[in-house]
Amino acid sequence: MKLTLWTYEGPPHVGAMRVATGMKGMHYVLHAPQGDTYADLLFTMIERRNHRPPVTFTTFQARDLGGDTANLFKDSARDAYDRFQPQAMIVGASCTAELIQDDPGGLAEALGLPIPVIPLDLPSYQRKENFGADETFYQIVKALAQPMPRTEAITCNLLGATALGFRHRDDVTEVTRLLSLMGISVNVAAPMGATPDDIARMGQAHFNVLLYPETGEAAARHLERACGQPYTKIVPIGVGATRDFLHEVSALTGLSAKVDESGLRLPWWSASVDSTYLTGKRVYIFGDATHVTTAARIAATEIGFEVVGMGCFNREFARPLRAAAKAYGVEPLITDDYLEVEAEIARLQPELILGTQMERHIGKRLGIPCAVISAPVHVQDFPARYSPQMGFEGANVIFDSWIHPLVMGLEEHLLTMFREDFEFHDEAGASHHGGKAVPRQEEELPTYVVPAGQDLSAPLDRYAAMIPDIPIITPSGEVVWLPDAERELKKIPFFVRGKAKRNTERYATDRGLFEISVDTLYEAKAHYAR
Amino acid sequence: MSLDLPSDGCRSTPVLKERGQREVFCGLTGIIWLHRKMQDAFFLVVGSRTCAHLLQSAAGVMIFAEPRFGTAILEEKDLAGLADANAELDREVGRLLARRPDIRQLFLVGSCPSEVIKLDLARAAERLNQQHAPHVRVYNYSGSGIETTFTQGEDACLAAMVPTLAPTAARDLLIVGAMPDVVEDQCLALLSAMGIGPIRVLPAHRAGELPHVGENTVFALVQPFLGDTHAALIRRGARHIPAPFPFGEEGSTAWLRAIADEFGVPRDLFESVIAAPRARAQKAIAAQAAELRGKSVFFFPDSQLEIPLARFLVRECGMTAIEVGTPYLHEGLVGPDLDLLPKGPVISEGQDVEKQLDRVRAASPDLTVCGLGLANPLEAEGFATKWAIELVFTPVHFYEQAGDLAGLFSRPLRRKAILRKEAAE
Ligand code: SF4
Ligand code: SF4
Repeated sequence: MKLTLWTYEGPPHVGAMRVATGMKGMHYVLHAPQGDTYADLLFTMIERRNHRPPVTFTTFQARDLGGDTANLFKDSARDAYDRFQPQAMIVGASCTAELIQDDPGGLAEALGLPIPVIPLDLPSYQRKENFGADETFYQIVKALAQPMPRTEAITCNLLGATALGFRHRDDVTEVTRLLSLMGISVNVAAPMGATPDDIARMGQAHFNVLLYPETGEAAARHLERACGQPYTKIVPIGVGATRDFLHEVSALTGLSAKVDESGLRLPWWSASVDSTYLTGKRVYIFGDATHVTTAARIAATEIGFEVVGMGCFNREFARPLRAAAKAYGVEPLITDDYLEVEAEIARLQPELILGTQMERHIGKRLGIPCAVISAPVHVQDFPARYSPQMGFEGANVIFDSWIHPLVMGLEEHLLTMFREDFEFHDEAGASHHGGKAVPRQEEELPTYVVPAGQDLSAPLDRYAAMIPDIPIITPSGEVVWLPDAERELKKIPFFVRGKAKRNTERYATDRGLFEISVDTLYEAKAHYAR
Repeated sequence: MSLDLPSDGCRSTPVLKERGQREVFCGLTGIIWLHRKMQDAFFLVVGSRTCAHLLQSAAGVMIFAEPRFGTAILEEKDLAGLADANAELDREVGRLLARRPDIRQLFLVGSCPSEVIKLDLARAAERLNQQHAPHVRVYNYSGSGIETTFTQGEDACLAAMVPTLAPTAARDLLIVGAMPDVVEDQCLALLSAMGIGPIRVLPAHRAGELPHVGENTVFALVQPFLGDTHAALIRRGARHIPAPFPFGEEGSTAWLRAIADEFGVPRDLFESVIAAPRARAQKAIAAQAAELRGKSVFFFPDSQLEIPLARFLVRECGMTAIEVGTPYLHEGLVGPDLDLLPKGPVISEGQDVEKQLDRVRAASPDLTVCGLGLANPLEAEGFATKWAIELVFTPVHFYEQAGDLAGLFSRPLRRKAILRKEAAE
C-alpha cells in the first residue's frame, strides 16, 4: 500500500485508451465499473477531442458481482461491434475487473466476431499508463502486422504517437516533413492516425522511426524481429539530436543526411547577444526519461544553461536517464512521488524548471519559473498553433517556450539597477507576462519557519510542514538572518534571490557563522561571483 | 402561500428505467468538494491507481495546493493477504496522522477494488478509532463505482457521520448538505431573521462544530441526493421537512416557507424577510430567462439535481424539458419538485448511454446538460451543452444565486449565437 496524493501516470488501461483513441476503426471494450468512465474526459476536455473515445465500458455494479458480469461483458462487446462496426477490437479489464477474473479475452473469442479481437493483459496493480500504451500497441502490431515485400521507394513507419501525448500531433507532422527532405515518405504513422488495416501493412516499410520509446519500443522491437525492420534509437528533439537522427537514418538508408536547414533559428537566437543573460542559468529538469534526456542536451549545449539536477518518473527508463545524468555530473532522481521532486527542487533552488504540469505547480509555489516539456499534460499543452518539439521547427518552439517564463535580458538589468523604484520593482513580475503589477508590499509577509529538528529531506515531513501560500524560510542548520541582512536580501531581484540566499547560508555554515549580517551577504556574493 | 401546482405534475409519470453503459463519475468525486468544506478532515481512499487518477482528473490542477485527500494504492501484495493489507493500512494512517496533527476527522473511503477484495473498512475504522481517539475520529464509507454514482459519495459520507452525532433533546433545526460557505451564510441569515434557531449544519467546518441530533430535531435537505443521510437521520428520531429544493426564486421560497411553517413564523415576518432578496432573484432570473424562454432542454443523468433543476428551468425560465435523466430517483425527496414539474418530459432513471445519445439526436434539443465526457463530442455534432459538474461546483442555491444559476444555462446558448454570427459573416 502506498499513499499517493498526485500521480504522474494513470493506470495501464488509460494507456490502452490512448492507443485506441489515437487510432481509427479500432474499438476497446473495457470491463470496468461506471466511475472509470472519467477517463473519457481526459480526451474530450484536455485534448479537446470532438469525438468520444472509442471505448465501451461495461459499467458493472455491485448487484452484478458474483452473477452475470461475464454475460454483461459479452453483451457489451456484441453491442459495441454491432453499433460501431470496427475493423478490429481490443478487450481488457480495469483494476476492478482484474480482480473478478472474468477473462475478457476468452469471452470475446467465444463470441466469434468476424474481426480480429485482441486480448490485453495489463497488470493494474503493478504497472502504469506508459506501460499500458506500449503493451497495447505491441499486442496490436503483433496480431495484425505481417512480413511483406518492401515498398519500391524508401519508406518508414513512425512509432509511438498516441492520443493525449505531449505534442505528438505536431511531432508526427514535423518528422514526416523532415524525412521528406531526405526523400523518405511515411508508410504508416501509428498508433495515432492509423487504422487496423494500416497496421496490417506496416511490414512494407524499410525501417521504423521510434518517436517515443515510452509508448512504442515494444512494437519497434517486435517489428525488428518479425519483419526485419531496423529502428532508430535517437529521438530528434533539439538541434544536435535532430542532426544525429538524420545521420542515423542516412546510415540505415544510404540517403544523404544533408537537408535544408534554412528554417532553423535556435542556434542564432541562442548566439545573438540578447541571449547572453541565459549563460549558466541553473535549470532543473523532470519528466519522462526521453523528454528529460533530450532537454538536458539542449539546455547544456544549445542554450548554455547549467543543468543542476534531473530525473524521471518512469522507472522503466531509469537506466538511460542515469547515464545521461552522469554526463552532466548530477545525481538522478527516479521517483513517481512528486513530494520528493518538490523537496529536491526546493533544495537546489534552480532559476528555471523544465518539467511537467506537476513541476509547473511546484514552481508556482516556490516562485520559480517553469516551462513544460513532458506529459502529464493539461489543456494548455494542446495549443491551437503548430508547436512540435521534434525536428528543426521543434527546436525553434523549444527556444521560445523555455525563454518565455524568464525575465527578459535587458529587463533583468534594469530591475537590478532600479530595484528601489516603487513601481519598477521586481515583485511587479516580468513585463511580458499578464497580470497586474502590484505596488511593493511594505509590510512583512507571513512566513512559516520549519521547526528545528524536522527532517526536510523526507518529503512527507516537508508536506506536513507546508501551509499553502505562505513562503517558507528554511533555516539551514542554525544560521539566523539578522534583520538588516534580511532586508538587504529582499532587495535582490526575485529571480536570483533564492540562489543568493542559499549561497549565503552555505557560505556562513562553511565558516561556522551563526548569524548572517549584510557583510556576510556581500562577502558570500564576492566569494561566489562567477 | 399555496404553490401554483400544475394540474398535472410529473409525480405520476411512469419512469423509464435504463440499464446499460453509464457515463457518470463514481462517488469518490464528492471528496473534491467535501475536503474543502470540512477543514480538519482528511479523506483516505483505499483503492487503486485508477481511483487516484480519477480524483486528480476530476479535481483538475486548480486545487493542486495541498489536498486533504489521498489514495492508499493497493499493490499486488495487499491483494494476496488481507491481514497484511490491514497492517499496511494502519501503518499508512499512523504516518499520516503523525504528520498532520491538524487532522481531527479521518474518512476511510472504500473503492471498487477494496470492496471486491472485501477489505473491511468498517472494522478498520473501529480499530483505528481506538488507536487514535480522542484526537481523531475515524469514519468509513464507500465511494465505489459499483455502489455509488457521483453525488452519492457525499450522501454516503454524511450518512456515515449521523450515527456518531451526539444525542440531544433540543428542538434544533438541522440543515443537511454541503454548500459553499457564502450560500450557507445566506441561508442561515434568512432563517435567523425569521427568528428560527438554533440552527446546525451537516457537514460542519470542523469536528468540534458537529451538530447534535435527537427526537426533537427537524431537518431540511439542501441537496436532493441525500437519501441515505435522510434515512439515517430518521433512524435517530429526527423528522424531515419535505420541500422543493432551494433552486431559483420559487424553490427557495417554497423551501424557506416549509421551514417557517414548521417553526410557526408569522406570515408577515416571513414575507418581510424574503421580500428584498426574492425581488432581486426575480429580476436576475428575468434577465437570463429572456434567452431561455421557449427553448428545449435535455438532461443526461449526472448529479441527481436534474429534477429540481428541470423544475426551475421550466417554471421560472420558460423552457421545455424533453427528457430529464437522473441516476437515481428518490421519490421521497424529489416528490415536491416532481409535483411542480408539468407533465411532458420523459423521466428516466439509470442510463444506457448509446440509446440516450440516439434519443438526444432525435430530439435535437436547444440545450443538453451532460457530463464532461460527452460535452465536446455533442458540441461537435452541433448541440449546445452545459456540463453538469459545474452545477455541483458553483454556488447555485437560494435567492442571490438564482440569476447565476439561470446564467449557467443561458451562457452556452448566448455563446453559440455569437459564434454562429461570426461564422456567418
Ligand atoms: S469506479 Fe471504482 S475503481 Fe473506478 S475510480 Fe471509482 S472507486 Fe475507483
Ligand atoms: S477548468 Fe479544468 S481545464 Fe480549465 S484550467 Fe481549470 S482545471 Fe484546467
